[in-house]
Amino acid sequence: MQPDGEYGVLRDVTDDLPLRLSRDLEQAFPDVVAAHQHAVFTTALRTSGRPEDAADIAAEVFCRAYAALRGYPAERIGQMQLRPWLVTIALNLLRNEARAAGRQPPNVELTTEASVGDGREGPEEQAQRRDGQARLDSLLTLLPERQRTAVVLRHVVGLPYAELAAAMGCPEGTAKSHVARGLQRLRASIPKETA
Amino acid sequence: MTIDPLVEPLTDQLAGLAATAPTGFADSVFAHWLEVDGPVGPLYVAFTDRGINYVCPTAWVDDDRDQFLEYYRARFGRPLRPGTRAPAGLAGALRSGRGTGLDYDLRSVGGFDQAVLAKTLEIPRGEVRPYAWVAREIGHPRAVRAAGSALGRNPVPILIPCHRVVRSDGATGNYGFGPQLKIDLLHVEEVNLDETRQLGRRGIHYLASDTTGVFCFPSCAHARRITTSHRVELANVSAAVQAGCRACRHCRPA
Repeated sequence: MQPDGEYGVLRDVTDDLPLRLSRDLEQAFPDVVAAHQHAVFTTALRTSGRPEDAADIAAEVFCRAYAALRGYPAERIGQMQLRPWLVTIALNLLRNEARAAGRQPPNVELTTEASVGDGREGPEEQAQRRDGQARLDSLLTLLPERQRTAVVLRHVVGLPYAELAAAMGCPEGTAKSHVARGLQRLRASIPKETA
Repeated sequence: MTIDPLVEPLTDQLAGLAATAPTGFADSVFAHWLEVDGPVGPLYVAFTDRGINYVCPTAWVDDDRDQFLEYYRARFGRPLRPGTRAPAGLAGALRSGRGTGLDYDLRSVGGFDQAVLAKTLEIPRGEVRPYAWVAREIGHPRAVRAAGSALGRNPVPILIPCHRVVRSDGATGNYGFGPQLKIDLLHVEEVNLDETRQLGRRGIHYLASDTTGVFCFPSCAHARRITTSHRVELANVSAAVQAGCRACRHCRPA
């Protein structure tokens, strides 16, 4: 596993996937979904204001990716960085949806749970953890869009900075400063006892 | 999972917000396909987790599976894999000619086209309606040609029975898979096609009963029950009104 695999959502991403994809799109595409579904879903869940739509948006991301790949020459596919590319599609889609929804205020309720319980905590601890997560999730929605996206991609999805910068279409230094400012703001807004 | 002891609690908490895609997520990305028996030959049927979204007679692509798969992927931009189980109710709907109980995925279809298709789904087996009827019923009486085009784009033919929509003059009209298949389908469904066409040639487009005073399209189940001695032939709606008839509530000719 690569060093950036420390964070929960990243699966072991086998390096030969772009190559296999370039040889046989239909054969290899299921592996693209399997390898990146959690990263794409988490991106949709934590950067959109509407967690209830996250699964639909994530599915749409893969359909668009598939349609795009059909039109790409094999050489290009073989050299692609799939994960940041998929995340970029997700971000564009989310931005368009937000625009279409007419800048509605984000829905700060956490309706989809993160499923990371280790099974050893009791109901009370679980409820506490859920409360903490819900609070953190709603604090995230208060960040400026770029900062929020950067923080989510780096620390929730767990993208390394190079991929984060590629996904956001900015230099690595800019991505780092978005993350740093976002964390700073978050820290300032979290009451002592939960931080 | 290794946890760096230097990572501060906030980033730990953020990592805890990572989520896994719902179970069966891949099924919302991939469509599935299979081959089933249709009323006039086998069909390729494709469906998503929301419902059936494409139907094609295998004969239309020379029974070439790859041609069908390629066409589907290009038209819908969605990956497609072999399915193991047909959508619930599909076989029954194909046998009975009633596609109303099935789930359809018509996300690729525009609003006007959806209205046309939903209306067409109401036409019962054994009967036909003119293009103008569909246009009028959906509240766009002047959009007759547009309704025809929408039917020509129907992604789920046979199940949504666009073959039951014909020309006002009694001719069967065109069909996405060729006019002969349309005629074959209507014959299998026992539409009184020859009679309708003969009436049309004589300028007769409606039939009424002089006992009930109700007028119908000639293919309406109620029109076909009228005995010859009580049958009144009508050229148009105003003639029917003049004769003191009201429109049938089943086939709604006016």
